[in-house]
Amino acid sequence: MKMIPVETTINGDRTEFLCNSDESLLDVLRDRLGLTGAKEGCGTGDCGACSVTLNGRLVCSCLVLGVEVDGAEVETIEGMADGETLHPLQRIFIEEAALQCGICTPGILIAAKSLLEKNPDPTDTEVRDWLAGNLCRCTGYDKIIKAVQKAAAEMRAA
Amino acid sequence: MHESGCAAFAPFAESWKTQMRYVKPESFEAASAVLVAEQGIARILTGGTDVLVMLKAEVVEPDLMVDIKHLPGMRDIVSEDGGYRIGAAVSSAQLGEHAGVKAMWPGVVEGAELIGSTQVQNRATMVGNLCTASPAADSVPALVTANAIARVHGPDGARDVPVVDIPIGPGKTSLLKGEFITSTYLPARPDNAADAYLRFIPRTEMDIAVSSAAVSLELDASGSVTAAFVALGAVAPTVRLVPDAGAALIGTKLDAAAIAGLVAAAEAACSPITDKRGTIEFRTKTAGVLAKRAAHIAYSRAGGKT
Repeated sequence: MKMIPVETTINGDRTEFLCNSDESLLDVLRDRLGLTGAKEGCGTGDCGACSVTLNGRLVCSCLVLGVEVDGAEVETIEGMADGETLHPLQRIFIEEAALQCGICTPGILIAAKSLLEKNPDPTDTEVRDWLAGNLCRCTGYDKIIKAVQKAAAEMRAA
Repeated sequence: MHESGCAAFAPFAESWKTQMRYVKPESFEAASAVLVAEQGIARILTGGTDVLVMLKAEVVEPDLMVDIKHLPGMRDIVSEDGGYRIGAAVSSAQLGEHAGVKAMWPGVVEGAELIGSTQVQNRATMVGNLCTASPAADSVPALVTANAIARVHGPDGARDVPVVDIPIGPGKTSLLKGEFITSTYLPARPDNAADAYLRFIPRTEMDIAVSSAAVSLELDASGSVTAAFVALGAVAPTVRLVPDAGAALIGTKLDAAAIAGLVAAAEAACSPITDKRGTIEFRTKTAGVLAKRAAHIAYSRAGGKT
């Protein structure tokens, strides 16, 4: 198999990797770059556990080919905290117990961050609508919505 | 996703399966040339929200993937002759953020914005939806009632094809080998004109239409309909333009008789299947109801008062 060289920027760091033409960005992140924060749930773009941003847009990394990110900017959950300091969303998700098993949490945090960058003061309906592509089988969503709203309020005040 | 080549099932395919080739051609001409030269199965990649799912599920195992979204104009929305030219790689999210298109063709935008989650919206394209050629494609009925024109690039250069003529059956398009769509054109509108799209699904978001309807209207200064286009989705092998349904509205202000004529013509145009999503009878009935409701929304958006 002939591997394809790709140059990209991940969480601000210039990164080079080799991958196969049919390999998803999710597989590249997890299996070639050791960035295992993004999870594979369904692998078909339904569950959102693999959410990352690609050139500032929220996408499912399972529905992006690794070769497509040549020259692009990718942000993953690994870039969300500032060193040891958690992002307000991360900290408040813990404080509010907005997670149980945690598989969906990286995708939900990335999606919620992307929402608040676009809309710092969303309604509950807007939060639910934005996160409709992030499935959680544990929490029932209410705590997730509350945590996002609490983080949004803190970030607006900052 | 464009049909190209023949997906013959070969015995022991796994043993002689070769790696899919991925190419990013430098021009439309080069893209067409590589598609023409391909002996195996080729697919076009823009948003990937259908083609990469099929790849993963091994429904389609392409020999060649042609990524064209970096080519000139593919991601642009530009004003042209009073209307808008939408690049084939413009995502649903990008379309929804464009105030000009939203004001001129609200029904087209609401169709595109109904497809999938936030994540899918950021990748999915109307042209991909069109070329996947699902009878239930949410962005297609309103493109049809807008009389949108697809610009097709192929071995002999570019040609313009009405969107309604692109899908010819479930999963099949009229595009020839080496051809792909580079943009769709939404024409200019007079004042007092608008469109609307509605679908029925058994929940509030993220599902496949059981039936759907788009209506586009133009009114005169008194509020009478001077032009009307009606298209139905998920009730036939392709999205169907229903000229009789449009004709029933001409010269009216959507009075009860006009609406009854619209509903009768819409129901008569349905030839759906029964499946787990809905029966023939249910799809036919809801298509008529949705056509009626979409007509009222379009009329009100166009400034008409009933």
